[in-house]
Amino acid sequence: MDLKELFLLFIGSVLVNNFVLARFLGTCPFLGVSKEVETAFSMGVATTFVMTLSGLATWFIENYILEPFGLPFLQYVSFILVIAALVQLVEMVIRKTSPPLYRALGIFLPLITTNCAILGLALLVALRGYGFIETAVFAFGAGVGFTLAMVIMAGIRERLRFADVPEPLQGAGIALIIAGLLSMSLMGFSGLIAM
Amino acid sequence: MEPVLLRSLISMGILGVLLGAGLAFASKKFIVEVDPRIEAIEELLPGANCGACGFPGCANFAEAVVSSQVSANGCVVGGAGIVDKISQIMGVESAGAVIPKKALLRCGGTCEKALDRGKYSGIEDCRAATLLGGGTKACSFGCLGLGTCVDACPFKAIEMGDDGLPIVNKNICTGCGICVDICPKNLFTLVPETSDVHVLCASTMKGASVRKVCSAGCIGCKRCEKVCDTGAISVTDFLASIDYEKCTTCGKCAENCPTSCIIVLSHQERGLVEVDDIAH
Repeated sequence: MDLKELFLLFIGSVLVNNFVLARFLGTCPFLGVSKEVETAFSMGVATTFVMTLSGLATWFIENYILEPFGLPFLQYVSFILVIAALVQLVEMVIRKTSPPLYRALGIFLPLITTNCAILGLALLVALRGYGFIETAVFAFGAGVGFTLAMVIMAGIRERLRFADVPEPLQGAGIALIIAGLLSMSLMGFSGLIAM
Repeated sequence: MEPVLLRSLISMGILGVLLGAGLAFASKKFIVEVDPRIEAIEELLPGANCGACGFPGCANFAEAVVSSQVSANGCVVGGAGIVDKISQIMGVESAGAVIPKKALLRCGGTCEKALDRGKYSGIEDCRAATLLGGGTKACSFGCLGLGTCVDACPFKAIEMGDDGLPIVNKNICTGCGICVDICPKNLFTLVPETSDVHVLCASTMKGASVRKVCSAGCIGCKRCEKVCDTGAISVTDFLASIDYEKCTTCGKCAENCPTSCIIVLSHQERGLVEVDDIAH
């Protein structure tokens, strides 16, 4: 796979098939942690970090354990296992090596374990049979796309505080409507790249 | 046993054991030593996270004490008892507590004594009212009495009095200074707990202007300055101020003050209460 295709893969995972707004994965942090741009961004960065690492780790599991032993049905179990262990490990390493980063990521880091976008990514990679480099690019792109969606959502919700929202729609209602509108607008990218 | 079942069991088992061992190894290798003193000190602290020490919370203060950034008596709220205990944990001699400070409202302009310019029916918040041309009090320095400080006090030490001015409960007040920051008129000040004589006015207007709008304001007549034996009172910008280090709390200034804006707490009820507990 040459550079151009990798770039297209990256753009594809960021915009065209955005994990949150096109695939509807990882919607809980998307709605839960998108009240302020700053925290949304930290969450996005943490997720990107874990996504890239776990994408690669699960790629190894898929290609060197599950495939050779003919156990593709164990994907879910083993992927969750690996992701959970990996997040734990990453947390320990960050805590030791960079306390400021650890403090900045805070509770988001362990929470990411249960983010379905991470597992979704691992399963997609296995399904499409990506190579190592492709997996890295795809996973990083997915993380960037997640961050993008989070920050846009947080930006809108920050402004929404001053908007006159009808009472029945306040809170979760308007958040879901915005998510839908955002998702629709992102569908405009769908013709950009034929995947 | 089915070969597939066996294979899954073995591969998942090995994977699990490997991951577990890896994590166990990592937790030893990447262990972060947390100084047990931090936790011990944090437990002693009041835990109000008021920020009076200059740190965002009690945990941060404890950390700073352990890393010797601040001395053990930095916690105003905790008082002397805590300073001794913290010093013990740190293995240093007690630094001695700073004299606790209490919040004091520098305004005596009650509803009766101070005139109003009009009625305010906006948001019940002094900050909002101040934005509307400085609020409703005719005296531009006076307390608006909408109770922003009452809401802001994390210790519930401030109550709104019947006369339209907030009352600080001396027993509960910790001197954290949150009311000092939040009052849009800048009326609160922290005074040493041991002082009993205070000037309850913040107006720097000329005497005649003060007289027009408030009968309890400082008119800058300098009588207090003349009667004070220790030179603790000085009048600048038509407003008396007390140097608490020199003040002997004799109360002569209060006796001679024509508008009674200087008070001796043990004789008066305004400003800081509770009066019963004022005698130390």
